[in-house]
Amino acid sequence: MFKKFSPSTDISGQTSVKSSVQRSIRAAVLSQWKIDPDTFEQIWPKKEPITLVKCRDHISIYTLHGEPLFFQHFDEPFFPTLHLLHKYPFILPMVRIDRGAIRFLLAGAHMMCPGMTSAGGYLPPADAALPAGAPVAIHAEGKEHAVGIGITKLATEDMKKINKGVGVETVTYLGDDLWALQKL
Amino acid sequence: MASTTEETAGPSARPPIEVRYCEVCTFPLEYCEFGSSFSKCKEALLQEDPDLYNKFYSEEALQAKLGTLSLEAQSKLEKDTAAKEAKAEKKADALLKKKMVTIKRIERNKRKFVTSIHGLEAFGVDLKKAAKLFAQKFATGASVTKNPQGLEEIVVQGDVSGDIVEMIEDQVGLLKGVPKDNIVEIEEKKKKGGGD
Repeated sequence: MFKKFSPSTDISGQTSVKSSVQRSIRAAVLSQWKIDPDTFEQIWPKKEPITLVKCRDHISIYTLHGEPLFFQHFDEPFFPTLHLLHKYPFILPMVRIDRGAIRFLLAGAHMMCPGMTSAGGYLPPADAALPAGAPVAIHAEGKEHAVGIGITKLATEDMKKINKGVGVETVTYLGDDLWALQKL
Repeated sequence: MASTTEETAGPSARPPIEVRYCEVCTFPLEYCEFGSSFSKCKEALLQEDPDLYNKFYSEEALQAKLGTLSLEAQSKLEKDTAAKEAKAEKKADALLKKKMVTIKRIERNKRKFVTSIHGLEAFGVDLKKAAKLFAQKFATGASVTKNPQGLEEIVVQGDVSGDIVEMIEDQVGLLKGVPKDNIVEIEEKKKKGGGD
């Protein structure tokens, strides 16, 4: 999503958000991510108003004091920025890709099923299976920090069974234009 | 609501994990090898924090990282990243050479001109302060504007192109760091916003 994104051309506007809308965003984020309210309070204190930055393709980025925290496309699930995910890695479920797939991910490719079902990859076990359309943190074999964030195109059980085609669509990855955006 | 995440929610607030990012490529330290400036990243880390350097790049660490890739896949990976790094360096060099400071003398009326300077921010000059400096020096108006390409330039009223070149050569004030070979002077006869 952020393969080519330059602040000068792709941002259409910045607005502050109404507190009623803020409350609904806060509730949605708390329910979607595996985070508890106190930790989230550290990230986004109740008193602070966030800013909505509208971008092309109906992408909205929410920032606090200029630093992007999370974003969404249309009204889909919220995704944290990679910086945020690095600080609180437990907020999203994890999938792991093997070493050979890392450089393709860093070039913006989507993750194919074999990358996660092979020896170096990891998918959540059956009792913690994820449905299609769930945001996940993409980790890399041998690394402790996430490489990217994606959304599952197939349920994890289907990925293991079918093992062909796109498994996780890459939404943002290390070194893309969103990563370069420290201040908005 | 059956919450199965009781144990992870343990203490009320979990503090953030401090991540060390590389100064050179802004990636977390373990991902420097995939960036385009791996050798510089290694040097910088070695200088700053030798312990961390050993943690990532010592012999055993490198062995452990080979992971599940076969030997030939691993060497191909290394060759590809080396090639990428070389390409990125070449691009950075070409960009540096191309960074010209362009001083244009644009005709406004028959005998009035404006001088437009663009390219200074490539050398880390604060445009607003530079504009103020010019305005003070030449006792005319100077401002920072965006030209149609989207690049920012300083526009000074009057024909001061020669004086600007001198100022850059003498490295006055915050114009420091602009090499004189990178200056290009152009004369433009265009009329801004001429009617069709």
